[in-house]
Formats: sequence, structure tokens, C-alpha cells
Amino acid sequence: MSRSDDIWILGIHMTKFGKHPNLDVVDLGAEAIQGALADAGVTMADIGILAAGNLLGSGSIAQQLQKQVGQTGIPAYNVSNACATGATALRTAIMAVKAGEVDMGLAVGVEKLAGAGLLGAGGKAKADNDEWERNGRFGAVGPVDGRIGTESMPGVFAQIGMEYGHKYGGADFELFAKISEKNHAHSTLNPLAAYNKAMSLDQIMNDVMIAYPNTRPMCSANCDGAAAAVVINGEKLKTLSLEQQRRAVKVSASILTSDPWQEACQVLPDVNTLTRSAAHQAYEQAGVGPQDLNLVELHDCFATAELVHYDNLMLCEEGGAVDFFESGAAHRDGRLPVNVSGGLQSKGHPISATGIANIWEVCQHVRGEAGDRQIEGAKVGLAHVIGLASACGVHILERSAA
Amino acid sequence: MSTATQIPFVEYLRLEPTPHLVANECTSCGARYFDRRNACAACFATDFTPVDIPTEGVVRSFSIITFAAPGVEVPFVAAVIDCGGTSVRANIINCPPDPEHVSLGMNVRLATTVVGTDSAGVEAVNYGFEPA
Repeated sequence: MSRSDDIWILGIHMTKFGKHPNLDVVDLGAEAIQGALADAGVTMADIGILAAGNLLGSGSIAQQLQKQVGQTGIPAYNVSNACATGATALRTAIMAVKAGEVDMGLAVGVEKLAGAGLLGAGGKAKADNDEWERNGRFGAVGPVDGRIGTESMPGVFAQIGMEYGHKYGGADFELFAKISEKNHAHSTLNPLAAYNKAMSLDQIMNDVMIAYPNTRPMCSANCDGAAAAVVINGEKLKTLSLEQQRRAVKVSASILTSDPWQEACQVLPDVNTLTRSAAHQAYEQAGVGPQDLNLVELHDCFATAELVHYDNLMLCEEGGAVDFFESGAAHRDGRLPVNVSGGLQSKGHPISATGIANIWEVCQHVRGEAGDRQIEGAKVGLAHVIGLASACGVHILERSAA
Repeated sequence: MSTATQIPFVEYLRLEPTPHLVANECTSCGARYFDRRNACAACFATDFTPVDIPTEGVVRSFSIITFAAPGVEVPFVAAVIDCGGTSVRANIINCPPDPEHVSLGMNVRLATTVVGTDSAGVEAVNYGFEPA
């Protein structure tokens, strides 16, 4: 077994995101795995560890997938980390490779979410005629969702964006809608996106309001999909073909953080501190800065979330996210394109697949294989994902020098 | 109205002598929490003391929820209120739920509302914040 601190993505694949009524999570996950193995030019026999995520599933997706694509007796990890599940699976495989326990690892994330509706909200109502009974850590006599703030994701992330507006100003309904307009425009070039129609600012602002200031097209699209990646260490990569070495994408940084304690973090999830911390660690590990990035795929689960992450990922000066966006920098023809895939708002957000799918998007560009939506000359990109409450994955990917 | 027939909706709401919120404050670092605690998430200490939270505050963030889980009445305004440096999660009540009437930085004060009555005739009283 070879040991190397260099980590590379040898192969990666995402399925079409959208509605797949005739495919179950195993079909979708298997498609992603077989696609990633084919892209890597290896088979299950080469893989030393499998990490798999399926947030809404039974908890044994890894073994279910092995039973379809190859049972080789390797350790299989079932991981669960909210919307950061895919990135966490990848991180798990990377840690095993980096530790020198295996040469090659496989990570997969899959979700069936089409038609799932509102996530994160709800609670058990008191049956009629019962007497009040205290439950939970607040000792509440009934569900708190809707009575003491909201637990719905669109509402939580709306408040996260509005809080930024309160702190720095300039963030209003129209600005958030313009961010969504950008991502929907980007999605028209992505054949794998769940939705790839452009939407005008008027259409977006006049669509169904879900949680002000997020209308329906400003919310991530629930859909089905999967993504998988094969990771390998640098020593082993050198033994493979020149073509495999040329197409391999360097993982210059792989970081996972949780939220450190901050005043208010248990009142409204703090997605800022852990993202800034992950970005800071990633830039240091990769030896690159935000100015070196050619594209960013960030976790725009809602239009209100994208804004705060411009700042958290240090794509702009602190407090300068509104100006950064208004300058046109985040558009695909701008200085630092953000979410050229269409983002979660149009590409879709099959939870566990998302954290690998955003890495797939960056890989396509740094390999020069992104087709019509290629960012010309892209060499370095960053992929970011957030799960409540809270996990943050940041990966920096670089083109091979081979 | 007799207080014997009213109970607070959550344990951190006190109805007497006047309605106010009570946090568990870490005696070591001062971090404040509204839930039942095992330890302090900031410094890991395990001793807490109850502290009264100011009943007036400022809206630090909000969202007007128009689409919610079954059983949740909409629209309503979900907000984070800065009460003298302690953040509180609450609905904004006694105020039309639209962006013309709710704004960032708005001054608000604690108010109560009856959630319902159980089979024994006991009223559950919840809190919210209303424009000050």
C-alpha cells in the first residue's frame, strides 16, 4: 500500500437531477457509482472503502448498493450529516485514503425527494380533550413550530439572509430575487439540472411566496438524484495511465466543520461562522486565496443563503456581499462566477447527492469538459455545502498539471 | 383571571408577577440558554443560574411565513429579537404580517396570547413580541 498526502478525484459522476419515478435510491446510487468507476477507469475490485449517504433512507444504503454493484468485503460507512451528507461521505473516503489505510475510496450520495414538499417543519399537535403535558427540551405543551418562530427551511434561511441585511444593509426582496434570476439563467446551459428555464425578475417576485422574502423559485428544488466520486492518493495515481493522470482532479483542500458556539446560534442556526472557518482552513490547506478561484459552487438552498456565503467564503470584503453581487461578479461572465450549474434553486437539491454533485460541477470545468457552460480556462474551483445545524464542507479542486 | 387556570406554553416563560422570559445562564462564562441543559456549549461548565430577560427588544431578523406544515396557521411572522444582548426566537404578534408593518430594527415588547384550553379548563399562554 502506498501512502501519500496528495488526494485526487480519479472519477466522478452525477445522474440527471429531477423526477425519476421508475428508479429507486439503489438504482440512482448504482448509476452514480458505475458512472464514477467508469470515469475513473477502475472497478469495485480497486476500491478499499465505501462511504454512502441517503438521509431519508433506512441507514444501510452502502450495503444495499454493494449488493447491486459489487460485494467485495470492504468497510462500508453509512454517513448522515443533513444537507452536508454527500460532502461528509467524500470526506470519510478521503480520510481513509489520506491515513494510508487504502489507496482508493468511493463516496456516493443519493436521495429521492421529488414531491417531498416542505422540509424541516411540523410537530405533533395536542389531541383534543387531553390535558396539557410538557415535552421536549423547552418543556412546551404543544408544537413550537409556528408559535415560537419557524422550523421550516425557507423561513429559517430567509431569516439568515435578512439578518445579513440588518447588519450591513442593502439586502431586500428584489436583490434576493435577482440572485435567483442569475441561477435560473445559468441553469439553461445545464442539461442535468432539474429545471433549466430562465425566469424573469417579475416572474420570480410574483411567484408563490413561501417565506418572505423567498418565493417558490428562490427555494431549492426537491428532486431525485445521485452523485459519486472515486478518490485516490498521489502515489497510486502515478501507477495509472497518463490519460487517467491527466483527467484526475487534485483535491487541494477537503474541510468539514461544525458550528462553534456563538451567542444566538441555538436560536437561529449560525451558518456563517462555520463556513468562514471552513473557507479559511481550505484556503490555507490549498495555498490559494479567493482571488485565485475561477468558479464557485456554493450552497444556495435559498436565494437568501447565497448572499451570506459570498461573504462567508470571502469572495468579497466583509459586509460587501451586496456590492459583490451588484457588480455582476457572480454571473457566468463575471469576475468570479457562482453557481454556473444553476445552483440548488434550479439544478435541484437531492440532499445527500448535493455535496458531491457540486464537486462534480467544478471538476467538469477544471477538466475542460463542461460543454456549453464551460468557464474558459478554469483551473481552480471551490465547492461548498451546508447542512443544518450545522455542518459545512468546503473542497478546493485544481486541474492536473499532468 | 386566576393564575391557577393558566400555565406558560414553555417552561422558560414566567407569567408572574408580569410575563417575562427566564434563561439558564452559565455561572462560568455567562452564555444563556432557553432549553434544559446538560452542560454549557461554550465552556462545558455544568452550573447555571436563572436570569430574567428584558421584555423589550429590537427585531434583528424576520421572515413572513406564508407556507407551513399542516396544522400551522399562516401567515405569521417568525423573528429573532435582540433583548438587551440576548437573542430570543419568537413570533411578532398584534401586527399585520406584511413587509409594510414589520421591519428590521423595529422596536418590540413582549406580549402574551392564549394558545388554547385543555379538558381541565387550563389555558396555555404563549409569548410573542408586538410593536412597541
